Amino acid sequence: MACFIVPVAEAVVTTAITKVVKSKETKLEALKVETGKESFETEIKIPFSRKLKWLNNMLWGGSFLLAFEHVWHGEVVPWFPFLTAASDPAEASVMLSETATVGVSMAALVTAVWGVMLLVTKAMEKKALKHSPLQIREGCI
Amino acid sequence: MTLLTTVFAAIICTVIWYKNAPKNEMKVGILCWMYWGASLMWLVDAVFEYAELGAEYFTPAPVDMLNDFFLGLSAVALGLVVWLAILLVKDPRGVVRTALFKKN
Repeated sequence: MACFIVPVAEAVVTTAITKVVKSKETKLEALKVETGKESFETEIKIPFSRKLKWLNNMLWGGSFLLAFEHVWHGEVVPWFPFLTAASDPAEASVMLSETATVGVSMAALVTAVWGVMLLVTKAMEKKALKHSPLQIREGCI
Repeated sequence: MTLLTTVFAAIICTVIWYKNAPKNEMKVGILCWMYWGASLMWLVDAVFEYAELGAEYFTPAPVDMLNDFFLGLSAVALGLVVWLAILLVKDPRGVVRTALFKKN
């Protein structure tokens, strides 16, 4: 009924976090250039803001298509209160419980898959460091 | 059926992305994220529906199946429209800019 609202809310939060993380990353980079202490490991690592962008794209994209499905089924309308279930108190309570169960599970699954992706990329980064450190070091310099 | 349609779209897009990686001129990655995100969300929907209906979930009425397939195709088409809009606005190859500012 309105389960896409939870992933949308999470997407808003993660997008804001991404902006903050990205601004901090550029500041750090500028600092490194000044001091000349740029480490080899930070060069090869994928910035966390980029990883957060993967989550943002999944959440925004998924909830956009899910919202379309709700429009298709007449559960979302372009006039107030926008959710057809919200106009009836009995239906509203069903909608809220569905949002709390299905919606939260959707957001949790997407976040869990992203978490697994983080672990896999971390392992790949470590492997890359282990196997060809010299080549990568030369590339960075 | 909607879930199945989106999963197939996600798989096809991921294969296309992998084939062209690391080049990302066509920004196929956007489609991958969008379809995978939607597939995961519809998967949760399917699990809850299965918990409610049981085995009946796997034997839908032909009309419902057709309607769900139609919805899935429409969702995939909408995703493609969004991707096309992003591609034309970002214009990574500069094609739109060249076409717009070309002197005849």
